Amino acid sequence: MIFEVFRQDRKGQAFEHAGSVVAPDTEFAEAWAREQYGRRGESAALWLVPREAIHAVGDWADEFDLKYRRVDGYSIKARLKEARERASSGAG
Amino acid sequence: MAALEHSHDEQAFLAYVQGGGQVETTDWLPDEYRAKLIKFIEMHGNSELMGVLPEREWILRAPTLQRKLALTAKVQDEVGHAQLIYRVVEDLGKPREQCLADLVSGKAKFHNVFHYPTKTWGDVGVIAWLVDAAAIISQKALLKCSYAPYARIMKKICWEESFHILHGRDVILALVTGTREQFELVQEALVRWWPPLMQFHGNPIPKGDDPMFQWRIKSQGNEEARQQFLEGYVPQILELGLEIPDPKLRRNDEGVWEYGEPDWDELRQVVTGHGPKTEERLAFRRRFLEQERWVREVLAA
Amino acid sequence: MNELLLGLADDELVLGWRDSEWTGIAPLLEEDVAFSSIAQNEIGHARAVYELLADDADALAFDRSPERYLCAPLVQLRLLDWAHAIARRWLYELADEIRIAALMESGDERVAGLAAKINREEAYHRMHAEMWRERLGATPRFRAAVDELWPYALGVLPASRRGALAARAGRDVVDAVERGSSDEAFRELHDEMTMVRRSAPAGAQW
Repeated sequence: MIFEVFRQDRKGQAFEHAGSVVAPDTEFAEAWAREQYGRRGESAALWLVPREAIHAVGDWADEFDLKYRRVDGYSIKARLKEARERASSGAG
Repeated sequence: MAALEHSHDEQAFLAYVQGGGQVETTDWLPDEYRAKLIKFIEMHGNSELMGVLPEREWILRAPTLQRKLALTAKVQDEVGHAQLIYRVVEDLGKPREQCLADLVSGKAKFHNVFHYPTKTWGDVGVIAWLVDAAAIISQKALLKCSYAPYARIMKKICWEESFHILHGRDVILALVTGTREQFELVQEALVRWWPPLMQFHGNPIPKGDDPMFQWRIKSQGNEEARQQFLEGYVPQILELGLEIPDPKLRRNDEGVWEYGEPDWDELRQVVTGHGPKTEERLAFRRRFLEQERWVREVLAA
Repeated sequence: MNELLLGLADDELVLGWRDSEWTGIAPLLEEDVAFSSIAQNEIGHARAVYELLADDADALAFDRSPERYLCAPLVQLRLLDWAHAIARRWLYELADEIRIAALMESGDERVAGLAAKINREEAYHRMHAEMWRERLGATPRFRAAVDELWPYALGVLPASRRGALAARAGRDVVDAVERGSSDEAFRELHDEMTMVRRSAPAGAQW
């Protein structure tokens, strides 16, 4: 069985995919992943996931203009400049 | 979106990777790209595995507990690298058993340096310091490999290799500041290893003619790598009072290292399986592969 | 006490040396990496105990003549087939656990403390050995290896503790291969182990 290994660098960090281990069962996978991804104490924790358990998602329909959902969909510079100018001339 | 654009179009794929694009296992890969990739990565895996054997003898002879631990850990790393690398090859479609079978039958290649004998503790230092240094230069260039799963494992590999170079340099420094005989161990080893080291990065093919570079599997030409090695390590070698056995070696006014022409015939001979230790090491590996087949079968049951 | 500790250190040193012989040639790459860690841990344990006993751990580890080592014959054997290597690991861990448990009760704080540290690391070794024993236990090769190594395993412990070991292994106490029977294989190992070190004068740096 192929087990995907996710490792956590330090407590609090996200688990990142680090590679995979081939093993007959979870027990062997754990013993081997501990060594391959932790023998230098470089991982705070590991997740071992059988490859078949992973459901990969990779294509997206991006047909219409969905920029309003993203940061780059907003250009506030011009309006902000105008608003500031109005506020400072009004205060005078 | 880019993935769809170059799907099933080799020209578009080429443009994509040459523009710095990376691909995953599930992306469409041109047949030639896939074939060259497998061969390249497989040779790397074979090299890590075969590299274990020259050093393994010295694990059993290490002169202090600290050196024993450090050398065992270094060799362990190399086996670990082989595991990571063969997994990548496996996901590209060639099973590990097949890779190992091709290795021990002599069909598949591994890097020149691992076909040579190790004769003294001096070799242990020179290999860990200089051979690993030469390797790390190539490996750092692979961090940008167009095939992402391979690029990703290179991160871990490069990180671990940095320990090896430190260990190697430490071994060398202890020897060159020790007895006269210990200094000579290093000098003698250096003389033997210099020619294979100069051949290590391969003969200088122009980038335009190197398919590995075209496909951005490698991001660095052979000569570029060699120059980097010389630039980084010749000063470090000379400052220890060691002599490099190449009277033509010098850094010219343009900052380019000139050197005596390496024996490319020797490289070709060695890499095609005719090195001094090739047969013996392959036989050793074959022996244990065969002997312990039953264990793999029990686990697979 | 010193003899007990030196025996422990010598056992861990030599077993670690033997186990390190598998680096690069274990049946699976993943296991190669794991097994090498076990070997390194064993050497680490030996070093820690030598440091309790002397100022220069390396001198104690390397510079005695072969007859002055107190290691058990079990660890001296060169066992380059997997069934035997795992059988030895399993038997050794069973015996060692009994020995370490006794040392953890020591009146000497440093000894008890070190034994507790070793014990925590050994937990992984035991899990590993048990994991393999479960998989290989039914195979004739493994059973034959255990049968062959059993008298050696008993020799790891003093006579008073052999009953406990037999109970844990589910076997009968038989005549043990006792400590003090240093043999040709060990002299060869010691020769190889010290060949680089002996090539420079005593006190040389490496």
